[in-house]
Amino acid sequence: MSLTDKDKDTVRLFWAKVAGNTEAVGTNALYRMLTVYPQTKTYFAHWKDLGRGSANIRKHGKTIVNGIGAAVAKIDDLQKGLLTLSELHAFQLRVDPTNFKILNHCLLVVLAITFPAEFTPEAHVAVDKFLAAVALALSEKYR
Amino acid sequence: MVEWTDFERQTIAGIFAKIDYETTGATALARCLIVYPWTQRYFGNFGNLYNAGAIKINPLIAKHGTIIVHGLDRALKNLDNIKDAYTELSVLHSDKLHVDPDNFRLFSDCLTLTLAAQMGADFNADVQAAFQKFMLVVVSALKRQYH
Repeated sequence: MSLTDKDKDTVRLFWAKVAGNTEAVGTNALYRMLTVYPQTKTYFAHWKDLGRGSANIRKHGKTIVNGIGAAVAKIDDLQKGLLTLSELHAFQLRVDPTNFKILNHCLLVVLAITFPAEFTPEAHVAVDKFLAAVALALSEKYR
Repeated sequence: MVEWTDFERQTIAGIFAKIDYETTGATALARCLIVYPWTQRYFGNFGNLYNAGAIKINPLIAKHGTIIVHGLDRALKNLDNIKDAYTELSVLHSDKLHVDPDNFRLFSDCLTLTLAAQMGADFNADVQAAFQKFMLVVVSALKRQYH
């Protein structure tokens, strides 16, 4: 299910709206993930504060969404563009790739809440495909 | 038997008290058919599904979306025994409709997103968790009679 040119255009256009909101979207998605899928907390045992407004969550949420924004810029070759991040996730973080799907779902929920009018089914399918492609590229170096 | 906290019971009841079955059902099903186009395989007799525009205005799809969401009422009324409440529907989906149960998860995700868009900030993390747990239980009950 690779990205068509139309998908890429749709993603670029839609993500331009997210760009102004990275901390809010990221914080919301990350907090949501930790709450709705408690098993994901196992990766954050080193954080003391996993509460809603925690500084850790805000910073990390922003990092993640900025990372996705950077992936949008590399949408024409995600595997090459995300090589370093893939190595990080594969060799250091060793996050089970199932969790990429979980976070992606939480991101979609936040996008639906934050952009109810713009997150049309057409935008949804393009963003869903894109996030799946990002997850695949991040998994590249795992084995 | 599934354990429900008071918060979960109230949240689920609250969501269903407020939703507009027609709009929510129609929107969720249309979204499902657009975002996961392979789900259209079950809707061969539903008229024009040629593109997203057609799907969104298709009255048969809208009507069916409402039926599906009303199907969740059964779980709402039988929260403490969803498993048995869905035996009949599970047999129907397995033996008559021949629906791949993975589609239940896909529709569930689309319904979640539709509700999120409608409820906005009210669809907070705890509400999402309660609703997703509810849908997981229903989906599991619908899968049970497959053989």
